Amino acid sequence: MAEYTHPETLVSTDWVAQNLKNFSLRIVEVDVDTKAYDEGHVPGAIGWAWNTQLCDTVRRDIIPKADFEMLTGSSGISNETTVVLYGDNNNWFAAWAFWQMKIYGHRDVRIMNGGRKKWLAEGRELSKESPSLTVVSYTATPPDYTIRAFLKQVQDGFDKGKFDMVDVRSGPEFTGEILAPPGLPETCQRGGHIPGARSIPWAQACNEDGTFKSADDLKTLYANAGISGDKPIVAYCRIGERSSHSWYVLKYLLGYSNVTNYDGSWTEWGNLVAAPVERGAAKAAP
Amino acid sequence: MKAEDYATRTLELEGWQVKLTSYKLGETYHCTADNVEPGAWIARTQGATREEAENKAIDRARDLLARTKRRPV
Repeated sequence: MAEYTHPETLVSTDWVAQNLKNFSLRIVEVDVDTKAYDEGHVPGAIGWAWNTQLCDTVRRDIIPKADFEMLTGSSGISNETTVVLYGDNNNWFAAWAFWQMKIYGHRDVRIMNGGRKKWLAEGRELSKESPSLTVVSYTATPPDYTIRAFLKQVQDGFDKGKFDMVDVRSGPEFTGEILAPPGLPETCQRGGHIPGARSIPWAQACNEDGTFKSADDLKTLYANAGISGDKPIVAYCRIGERSSHSWYVLKYLLGYSNVTNYDGSWTEWGNLVAAPVERGAAKAAP
Repeated sequence: MKAEDYATRTLELEGWQVKLTSYKLGETYHCTADNVEPGAWIARTQGATREEAENKAIDRARDLLARTKRRPV
């Protein structure tokens, strides 16, 4: 059985439970539902709100570098700190945080396999206490946009075979039957997908308990859709967090070297005037 | 504090598959409702009993799911 390419970026709930008093760690919960942290969290963990602390709150963008430095420093995270991220929805926004920490050059950041769901299901200790934090200095690197795809790159290459495009939304979102996950607000004007994209919903990378599938299973999953890593890969979803999850799988678990997250995603593409849109099922993999 | 009586079940609301996860924290039951596909959180509720927490989550999820419009493909 093949190993993950970067197993050092993934820790188990057992490992976290054994390292709760490891002062070189900072455990951070990042949820879709920003109230989940207050209900009870991994003892010693702090909570980050994706919508106010991991986004620019004025323009649509990731958190600016100076704000990232302030967030990490005020969270007691130095450049040398090992950061363990976890969250609800099988780590959607934990992966979003992971992606941004890599954009700003944080060396040692890891994801707790299975996320909040697995920690709860295993009946592990929870706390309502927020840890007291000592503010430290943090210096981010200039943003590394080799792991981020912007609209222009996608527009310039989607129909030229320059890269493989992976749409990680659900099937009905991909086909255009719905514009957002059931129960969530619609954020685009049109439904469908970027022409040529392959449909590989993010959840197919996970087991029922929220952990990632084995390296062999993941490789097969993507290979069956024609994604083998021999070309650059662009992942997208609706707003960029589910595609962070798949980006992590492709880059860190499978080790494909050139993988970007198009965080503009369908909310950007599906609102563009005159952008080409494909509806219905994906065409067969080449 | 630990999550006790952890349980999940799936049901259909407004034509969508929904997963309810409920557990007890202290004296309070908590329930979350997620859509099965793609697995996104829809509602989080609390109650003195599992039934109360679940019913609140079902009501909230049903309200939100009823607004989801299906389009012909």
